[in-house]
Amino acid sequence: MTLPSWKFTAKEIVKKPELFTSGHRACAGCGPAIALRQIMKATRGPTIVTNATGCMEVVSTIYPYTAWKVPWIHTAFENVAANASGIEAALKAMKRKEMYKGTIDVIAFAGDGGTFDIGIQALSGAAERGHDFLYVLYDNEAYMNTGIQRSGGTPHGASTTTSPAGKVIPGKTQFKKPIADIMVAHEIPYVATASIAYWQDVLMKARKGLEVEGPAFLHVFAPCPRGWRYDTSKTVEIARLAVETCVFPLWEAVNGNYSLSPQSKIAALKPDRKKPVIDYLKMQRRFRHLFNPSFEHERIVIQERIDKRWGKLLKKCDMA
Amino acid sequence: MSERKKGWKEIPVGGVCWKPATEYSTGDWRTFKPVHDSEKCTKCLLCPIICPDASINWNTATQDIEFNYNFCKGCGICANECPANAIEMVREGEA
Ligand code: SF4
Ligand code: SF4
Repeated sequence: MTLPSWKFTAKEIVKKPELFTSGHRACAGCGPAIALRQIMKATRGPTIVTNATGCMEVVSTIYPYTAWKVPWIHTAFENVAANASGIEAALKAMKRKEMYKGTIDVIAFAGDGGTFDIGIQALSGAAERGHDFLYVLYDNEAYMNTGIQRSGGTPHGASTTTSPAGKVIPGKTQFKKPIADIMVAHEIPYVATASIAYWQDVLMKARKGLEVEGPAFLHVFAPCPRGWRYDTSKTVEIARLAVETCVFPLWEAVNGNYSLSPQSKIAALKPDRKKPVIDYLKMQRRFRHLFNPSFEHERIVIQERIDKRWGKLLKKCDMA
Repeated sequence: MSERKKGWKEIPVGGVCWKPATEYSTGDWRTFKPVHDSEKCTKCLLCPIICPDASINWNTATQDIEFNYNFCKGCGICANECPANAIEMVREGEA
């Protein structure tokens, strides 16, 4: 498969109409809202969007208002990928009957709850059946609109309402599920990770995902000021730090072949530019308890796990 | 025993959001307001792309950045990210 190489320029992007508009009711400084806005700017033509239950569904379609300028279908937490499969199958049938010409793209949006936990069986099924659609996971690392409950995407050590930090328990005791690797294991043509701090990379990967034939999976890192407990102005800064500390490295896997994206290559080529995870943790009050002397060990454990995953990734990218 | 239930073509359409969100103003959520300095601004066009609320527009006629205070929630991301320091957050009512 050869992917076309194009570049999105800021000039061109600001002129593109907003398909995810103002007037949505996400919190001030919402990371997922940035992700959706940017991805809708990467569309190449008529697009149908389906949205699992989650923050972005709740805030964008409070009756009778809708922030969507494209056909949009809400579905339950567990089945956004099944819904996308059905839309794609219907489009195929309609095309066969010559009911429309050209290409219509299908995008499924879901949060971490709707992907890591509740939606994974529908997603796995859709990937196995090979439907041609782009699945976007906007990851804010917990069930945020229901009040910050931990999910399979919540990182180790984060305090949430269902993994509260106390004197003994240091927040969530398990580690984040490597969901994008699980999707690579499905042998689908395109899997990538992106961070809202690098908009060009987000747009490029979203467009690649739309252009490949077959399922594409895009994991977008999207900080949440409310749930991660930091000042609303820091959303993009934290999204950048997550990449610079290798907490959330950027890569893509085309037909299963991993390669690091430029932003993460910096840390691979110049290891001294790789920032310590502590820089990332200390900006967020969900990790505040980790700075008690009694939890010092936890910070070491987190750094070790991040380094281990980073090492594994470098091997997969032939950069070790 | 039972009547034939209506098929999907006969039941009325429901659950359709019909009003654009752009008719719902979120600007009154704001505590701090971004104030733009056109002189300092290098027109890099970063802020219109990263604003979560699509509240910063590029005006092609005036070739300048414009803020839409009807929707800006005052998060401060634009001011935090602007490489030219051309945006300042000021408490509402004080500017
Ligand atoms: S303060 Fe936030 S919502 Fe307002 S214009 Fe800046 S980035 Fe957009
Ligand atoms: S980010 Fe700053 S310099 Fe760039 S366009 Fe916006 S105000 Fe101007």
